[in-house]
Amino acid sequence: MMGKRSLLTGAHFMNGDVACAEGAIAAGCRFFAGYPITPATEIAEHLAERMPEFGGIYVQMEDEIASMAAVIGASYAGCKAMTATSGPGFSLMQENIGLAIMTEAPCVVVDIMRGGPSTGQPTLPGQQDVMQAKWGSHGDYGIIALSPSSVQEMFDLTVEAFNLSETYRVPTLLMGDEIVAHMWEKVVIPPPEGIRTLNRKKPTVPRDEYLPFKGGEDMVPPMACFGEGYHFHATGLTHNEQGYPQTSSSKVQSELVRRLVQKISLNADKIIKFEGIMLEDADVIVVAYGIVARGALSAVRKARASGIKAGLLRLITLWPFPENQVAEVARHTKAFVMPEMNCGQLVREVERAAKETPVFSLSKLGEDPPTPAEILESIRRSV
Amino acid sequence: MVQTVPEHPYAGYLRSAMIPHIWCPGCGNGVVLNCFVHALDELQVDLDKLVVVSGIGCIGRTAGYINADSFHTTHGRALPFASGVKLANPELQVVVVSGDGDLFAIGGNHFIHAARRNMGIKVICANNFNYGMTGGQQGPTTPLETFTTTSPYGNIEHPFNLVHLAAAAGAVYVARWTTLHVRRLTQSIKKALQKEGFCFIEVVTPCPEIFGRYNKMRSGLEMMDWFKNTSVVENSSDPAKADITFERIVVGEFVDIEKLSYEKMLHEKISKINEKAMEQVS
Amino acid sequence: MPERIKHAPLDSKNLKHTTAEIHLIKDQCKGCGYCIEFCPKKVFEESDEINARGVRPPRVVDESKCILCCFCTAVCPDFAIYVVERQPNGERKT
Repeated sequence: MMGKRSLLTGAHFMNGDVACAEGAIAAGCRFFAGYPITPATEIAEHLAERMPEFGGIYVQMEDEIASMAAVIGASYAGCKAMTATSGPGFSLMQENIGLAIMTEAPCVVVDIMRGGPSTGQPTLPGQQDVMQAKWGSHGDYGIIALSPSSVQEMFDLTVEAFNLSETYRVPTLLMGDEIVAHMWEKVVIPPPEGIRTLNRKKPTVPRDEYLPFKGGEDMVPPMACFGEGYHFHATGLTHNEQGYPQTSSSKVQSELVRRLVQKISLNADKIIKFEGIMLEDADVIVVAYGIVARGALSAVRKARASGIKAGLLRLITLWPFPENQVAEVARHTKAFVMPEMNCGQLVREVERAAKETPVFSLSKLGEDPPTPAEILESIRRSV
Repeated sequence: MVQTVPEHPYAGYLRSAMIPHIWCPGCGNGVVLNCFVHALDELQVDLDKLVVVSGIGCIGRTAGYINADSFHTTHGRALPFASGVKLANPELQVVVVSGDGDLFAIGGNHFIHAARRNMGIKVICANNFNYGMTGGQQGPTTPLETFTTTSPYGNIEHPFNLVHLAAAAGAVYVARWTTLHVRRLTQSIKKALQKEGFCFIEVVTPCPEIFGRYNKMRSGLEMMDWFKNTSVVENSSDPAKADITFERIVVGEFVDIEKLSYEKMLHEKISKINEKAMEQVS
Repeated sequence: MPERIKHAPLDSKNLKHTTAEIHLIKDQCKGCGYCIEFCPKKVFEESDEINARGVRPPRVVDESKCILCCFCTAVCPDFAIYVVERQPNGERKT
C-alpha cells in the first residue's frame, strides 16, 4: 500500500501527462513553474498536488515567459526544475530557453505538441514544433530533445531528460504530442533504488580558483549554486570563463559559442538513443518518432507479412539529430519513408544524412496520426 | 584598467576586475550602487546568502559589480527569475536591481504579479526616465512633453507613477528617493533588507548624458539641482498623489505594512502537507 | 542664538577631537562634481590636473574644515573618494 509521500512504485494504468509528472518526481525534480495550456495542463495540476508531498515547489506563474525564468532561477538556486507547455507557450519561452543555454542552467522543458501554428488546435496532436526545438531561440547553440512514443516513455524519458540536463548543463526538451500525453496505458514505475538519477558536477576548488564557465574535458563546467559561497556572476551576455561580460571580443564570442554547440555535438554519441526494428535486411526503412512510430511499427509488420522487407528506425533523441546513425543505415537500404504530423520537418534532416538514398515524406495534419494503412501504402510506393 | 578600488572601504563588496564601471560621469547608477553597498555594510549582510539579480539596462550592470552571487537575466525577467530563486531557497536574500523600462515596460506584468504574491524580493528601481543603454528612447516613466530619441516632438504618453503602482499591486514597503537623498535611501534599503515581503524602492536618478542633455539639463549637477530644488519629503502620504514633475518631486516612504510573504505561506503549507503525507505512510 | 551656547566650553582648548583624512582615488574619478557641489563645508574645488580619465578630479582646499559628514563618500558614483576619521592618537576610528 503506497503512502502518499512516495513514488508510485508498481504497475499503473495512467495517462501520459501524469506519467511525465511522476517521472519528474522520480528524477528528483523539486521545482515546477508553469502556466496552464492544453494539452499540458494535467502535468501542472498533478504536480500542484504531488510536489508539496515531497517538499517540492509548485508555482503558477503569470505567463510562460515567467515560468521559464523562474525555472532557471530555481536551477541556479540548486533545484532540479521543470516547466511544461505546448506550442504557443513554447514560442514564448524561446528567449529564456536561450538564457538557460547561455548560462548553462540544467532544466527540463516539456512541450506537448498540438496543432499549430498560433493557437491552432489545442486539443489535437501535431509534431509541428520539432524544428523549433532545435532552432527556436536566436543564436547558435546545442540542445537536447527527446520524443516519447508511449506513456511508459513519458515516464522514462522525463527521468532521462533530467539526467541529460544535469550532465550537460543544458535545457533538455521533452517533445511529446497530445495523443501520448492524453492516452492511458500501463506504466511500470520502479522503486526509488531502481531509478538512476544524475546530478550536476560541483566545483572542487575554492572560490578564488573557480571559473564558472570553463568547460571540463567534456566541455561542461562544474556548477556552483547560489548560497554556496562562490560569489559568481552569470549573464546572458557573451562572457568569459569567469562569467563576466565581454561583449567586444571576437575571441571570447567564438570560444564560448563553439563550446556551447560542441558540448552537445561532440558528446552526441553518448546522448543519442533510438530503436531499430528489423533494420538489418530492410529494403525500405520507416523513420518515425512520437505517436507516429506506433502506427509505423504496425505498418512495417504488415509490410513484412506481405513480402516487403521493411524496417523501423524509431527516433528517441530528436536533437542532436542521429545523422551518423541514419547515414550508416542508409548505406544498407534502398529507401526511407518518413511519416510526420507536420509538413515535413525532421525529414529534411533524414534527407541530409541519407544523401543519395531516396527519402519519401508522408505528411499528415489533423487529429489522426498517419494510419498503418497510409504508411504501408507509402512503403509500397517507395520500393 | 585602473586598479585602485582595494583602497576604498567598500572595495570588498565590489568585484575589482569589473571596476571602474561603465556608467557615465554623473550617472545616478553609481550612487545607487554606493548606497546599496553602504546598506550591506551597515547591516553586515552575509554575502554568501545574498543574490543580486538584474535586468537589462545600464543599471542592469549592477549585478556584475557586486561581489556576491549574481545573475544578469533577459530583459524584463529579473523578477520571475528572482521568484524562482527565492522559492527554491528562502534562506537567500534576493535583491533585484533594475531600471524603469526593464521593470515596468517589458517587465510590467512580472512586477505586478510578484508584488501581488508578496514574494520576499527587494526591488531597487533606478528611474532615469528613459532607456539609457540603448541610446535614450522613451519609456513608461518618461514625463509628458519631454524629449527622447523616440519622442522627438515631445512625449505624449502619460507616465506611470511607480510608487502608486507598487502600492496598488500589493507591495508591503514602498519608498521613493532621489540620488541626492543618499542617507535616506541607504536607510530605506536597510529597512527593505530586513523586512518580510515584497519591497520596492524607486530611486530617481540622473541620466545626464542622454535624458538630461535632451531636456536642457546637460550635466549631472543640473539634474541634481532639479532634485534639490523641487523634492519634498512627504512620508506616509498617498502614493497616488506622489507626482514627479519639473516643479515637484514627492519623495518619502509611502507604504510600510505587514503581510505574510508568499514563500513563508508556501513553505508552511508544504510542511503541513508533508507531515500529513508522512503520517499516512506510517 | 540662545546665550548659553554662544560661549565655547571652558575646557575646549584641552579637548582633542578626531580629524578627517580625505582620500581621493584620483584616477577613479569621472569628474561629476557632486562632492565639490554638495560638500556642506566647501572643502573641495576642481583641481587643475587631468587624471587618467581625462577629467579634472577634485582637490582638497582645507581638510581641517571637514566635519566628517561623509556625504562625499556616500554620493560619489565612482567610489573615488572616502573619508577616514582619525583619533587624536593617529589611530583610525572604526
